[in-house]
Amino acid sequence: MQIRSFVAAAVGLGLVTLSACGSSSDDTGSGASKTVTLVSHGSFAYSKDVLKAFEKESGYKVKVLKSGDAGQAVNQAILTKGNPQGDVFFGVDNTLLSRALDNGLFQPYEAKGLDKVGAEYQLDKDEHRVTPIDSGDICVNYDKAYFSKNKIEPPQSFDDLVKPEYKDLLVTENASTSSPGLGFVLGTAARYGDDGWEGYWDKLKANGVKVVNGWEQAYYQEFSGSTDGKKAGGDRPLVVSYASSPPAEVVYADPKPKTAPTGVATGTCFRQIEFAGLLSNAKNAEGGKALIDFLISKRFQEDMPLNMFVYPVVEGASVPAEFTEYGPAAKDPATMAPEKIAENRDQWVKSWASLVLK
Amino acid sequence: MVLPVAFFGVFFAYPVAAIVVRGLKGDGTWHLGRIADVVGDPGIRHVLWFTTWQALVSTALTLLIALPGAYVFARFDFRGKDILRAVATVPFVLPTVVVGTAFLALVGRGGLFDELWGVRLDTTVWAILLAHVFFNYAVVVRTVGGLWAQLDPGQEEAARMLGASPLSAWRKVTLPALAPAVAAAALMVFLFTFTSFGVVQILGGPTFSTLEVEIYRQTSEIFDLATAAVLTLVQFVAVGVILAVHAWTVRRRETALRLVDASLTSRRPRGAGQWALLGGVLATVVVLILLPLGVLVERSLDAPGSAFGYYEALTGDDSGIFLVAPIEAVGNSLTYALAATVIALLIGGLAAAALTRRAGRLVRGFDALLMLPLGVSAVTVGFGFLIALDEPPLDLRSSWILVPLAQALVGVPFVVRIMLPVLRAVDERLREAAAVLGASPWRVWREVDLPMVRRALLIAAGFAFAVSLGEFGATVFIARADNPTLPVAVAQLLGRPGDLNYGQAMALSTILMVVCAVALLVLERLRTDRTGEF
Repeated sequence: MQIRSFVAAAVGLGLVTLSACGSSSDDTGSGASKTVTLVSHGSFAYSKDVLKAFEKESGYKVKVLKSGDAGQAVNQAILTKGNPQGDVFFGVDNTLLSRALDNGLFQPYEAKGLDKVGAEYQLDKDEHRVTPIDSGDICVNYDKAYFSKNKIEPPQSFDDLVKPEYKDLLVTENASTSSPGLGFVLGTAARYGDDGWEGYWDKLKANGVKVVNGWEQAYYQEFSGSTDGKKAGGDRPLVVSYASSPPAEVVYADPKPKTAPTGVATGTCFRQIEFAGLLSNAKNAEGGKALIDFLISKRFQEDMPLNMFVYPVVEGASVPAEFTEYGPAAKDPATMAPEKIAENRDQWVKSWASLVLK
Repeated sequence: MVLPVAFFGVFFAYPVAAIVVRGLKGDGTWHLGRIADVVGDPGIRHVLWFTTWQALVSTALTLLIALPGAYVFARFDFRGKDILRAVATVPFVLPTVVVGTAFLALVGRGGLFDELWGVRLDTTVWAILLAHVFFNYAVVVRTVGGLWAQLDPGQEEAARMLGASPLSAWRKVTLPALAPAVAAAALMVFLFTFTSFGVVQILGGPTFSTLEVEIYRQTSEIFDLATAAVLTLVQFVAVGVILAVHAWTVRRRETALRLVDASLTSRRPRGAGQWALLGGVLATVVVLILLPLGVLVERSLDAPGSAFGYYEALTGDDSGIFLVAPIEAVGNSLTYALAATVIALLIGGLAAAALTRRAGRLVRGFDALLMLPLGVSAVTVGFGFLIALDEPPLDLRSSWILVPLAQALVGVPFVVRIMLPVLRAVDERLREAAAVLGASPWRVWREVDLPMVRRALLIAAGFAFAVSLGEFGATVFIARADNPTLPVAVAQLLGRPGDLNYGQAMALSTILMVVCAVALLVLERLRTDRTGEF
């Protein structure tokens, strides 16, 4: 008995000192007002010198914490909102916006330069809890080589996708785990209405649509049009991806082809907007505000397209030539009011999953 | 006993409870009605059914494939046996991410089978089952083989002398002695496959989902905390039942058997039948275990240009994923695993000591409690850490110690299982004699207990270290982006497109595998024959 309590005391002391060492030596950074921390999903990308320029001008040091995909990053931010991991969160899109706002993830801040951001992107006009940063279109991409070889016209619309000549050609993403997958489902709901979209998916399923978990797997493994997909032996010439994917194929190709190897079915698009917001309980709110201002500055907006393959939202920010040259802009993409998404999203995803995955 | 209980209270029960409460009590009122809703949901029912079904089939397959292996390792002497046993154990401590990756490289698109025969299993349930067998082969070989090696073959021979046929002698003598060990091993395998996460996540596609994966999806993707909380409770109950049965079989195992030194029972194989059996087992180990691991190594060396191109790429920090070069994950992982090992040894050692000194129901319950982290959703623990440990005095959310703490939770059960039999074998009268002769308690421990348990401590340390190194489910939530561990880095690399990232993932996995294998080989040298159940 004596032994044990003695050892326990010694061990207890040891543990305390151990954790004390831990807490004194760890540098969270957010406590220092000179560091501002940006939390984002894994796809956030930027040019180092652009961020360095901001650090120089503002005097803040920027720390970036990236993890998971968009949905996971938002959920984790909500779960830790009482004591957030950073000051600014970037990467909540219009499909998940309501979840973030309803859970009080952000505090209001009207960014400097917001007047140059198109009104159609501002989905929280009254309170400014989020600031639009970029937009993109989720569309079906097609493998040009496949369709010219087989002398079939590539599909152009949602209606086309259920036709027999496109049987077993399309791969999409799981709507409950992937943001393009969810966007595509919302696109069909916008096109066929609350009562019609499930019937459409019935037909799509009968026409052999394949569902995989994430965009990477769909685009780089299953899709026959991407460089990696070809290598992996992908055998589906249609994939749910982005309107900016064809330019990306060209930019990353070596040597650069004259035309993009893939095209966009312009009638299958759904508009996605990504936002940033100042986290409630941010430790360095001032730094966070400066960072949000910077995210909608011309310099960052023009740096984004070739890093993340998204379109700027600020008027006058130029788009790289590759975008206009290799990828046509979506024709009148489907959109949906955030309120409507908020009201139906979870139920729709559930019905979609039981309809398509079972 | 106080310290382990406190440790589990603060770092296990409290975070898990926090998540469950948060899920079931979203806006201040309890939604207990949710439990019925969730359990009645056809989709969830399907998940429950699939979880149970695949665990049963995985367990049956593992027993079928591993029991001959257990026999061969127990009864035969052959060259390279120690190395082979260590190799067979490597999968068990490999991160599930790596195992998923290895099987993708084997049975996925463009994998080895695809190249050779055009066979692809990556979206079928077979890939999951195979990976589970790969994982748990060692559990059966070690648990059952360890006992089998110490059974006195003389008893079976005596039965034969008295006229029993070989089969009935085996059935009446050896089988009853082995049965509890087989049952315990089967239950362990069932528990591990029932709560399988990484393997199903990578190989299951969107159609196959175990309870653990579903908890993860509901929490992190669908954000339906209520459903996740209910599922956590369901899993909790299921795991509790499995562990209770396991504890019962383990106690049955501690009944008196005539055990002899393992070195006396194994000999060179004789006759064609025995050689064939040995050959068959060796072939199984090669195909089932070495092949996936080999494919992993081969892919990691498959860089364009130079063989070590992917390894060199690991040292560059412009990969855009991490703030640091991926190779730094190795340093992080080792530091975390060391800290986790220290914590797990302290907590597990104290717990084992407490369990040795006392008996009774309460203590047995405590024993089972210590096993719970093996079966409770690591995802839940990770999330619980984020939610629960975020206010003073325990604001550890951004402290590095959080990761080792979570990893130690998984290591403790192993430490307890390994230390307990050894501590129980120390004769109490030795301690009493020493005390009577005037030794202080400290000195009694140093002179009597320590020499006897030193080896077991080292082995427990090795296991805790390897398990910590590979822990993924909880770490993925709490490791910070600027301090990734090896498994987290592998998962992030796998999630990114392009050959270079895939190759780096393979290279990191290989490094991880080599570290685990080396640790195990060292242990294999230290192994005594009375250590534990693993």
